[in-house]
Amino acid sequence: MSYVSLAQEIIAYVLMGLGLIFLVGSAIGMLRLPDFYSRVHASGNSETLGTMLIFLGLAVYNGFSDTSAKIIVIFLFVFLGNPIGSHILAKTAYKTGHPVWTKKHAKEAEEYEAKAAEKEEN
Amino acid sequence: MKEPFGGYLLNIAFRLLVPFTVVYSVYVLILGESSPGGGFQAGVVLSFGIVLGRLIMGEDCKLFNIKTKNTLVIAGVGTFIYSLAGWLTLFGGGKFLDYSFLPFAAEHANELHALGILMIETGVTICVMMTILNIMDAVVKRSDDDGSAE
Repeated sequence: MSYVSLAQEIIAYVLMGLGLIFLVGSAIGMLRLPDFYSRVHASGNSETLGTMLIFLGLAVYNGFSDTSAKIIVIFLFVFLGNPIGSHILAKTAYKTGHPVWTKKHAKEAEEYEAKAAEKEEN
Repeated sequence: MKEPFGGYLLNIAFRLLVPFTVVYSVYVLILGESSPGGGFQAGVVLSFGIVLGRLIMGEDCKLFNIKTKNTLVIAGVGTFIYSLAGWLTLFGGGKFLDYSFLPFAAEHANELHALGILMIETGVTICVMMTILNIMDAVVKRSDDDGSAE
């Protein structure tokens, strides 16, 4: 294990703390937001950012080594893969006619969700 | 693969990400003996590539849509490879998973250790990858009667 300098450690802690805040925000959004599209938004944007910040913090903590090179590659996977996944999910839902939640049409969307849940039960 | 199958974004994402992910998972598996990485991580990265390919290509592509019962069977094959490494050391005259007794010709005991660890991690990789695909199948097909996947 190589020596970790103080500045390195502080930068890593700040990055990982920020990432943690974004991850908690995305988890709360998954639980609180009303419909599918806004939940995809919560898991797509802020979770990608949070994971990337945590990976950056880990790479800074490790310094220049092959371990941080591996972490950067995983970082790139998440950076590309997570938005693509949410893009596919949202596009497919829109094409198959999932209604978009607005304050005006909240009732219709709720009815659609209830119907889908009923269908799932049968 | 000359014809695009779903817009520019998905097309480029598939060509860029999926092959690179699979190759990178093999790298993580091979190097896992002496540095961070190993069987579990390689399995997760591999299943990430396969899930991404399945999402992009849809249900038509036979390459990524492994059947649920087949995923269970192949996960069992991974576990078998793991325990086979242990049994080979028993046949070589040592204890279970005591790598220096593997019945292969080697100049040094370290080579046998590397071989045994590689064998075990290959088994773990296959098992983890197929288990993740099985869990994904179970989540997608949750609308079945008893809540399980087929």
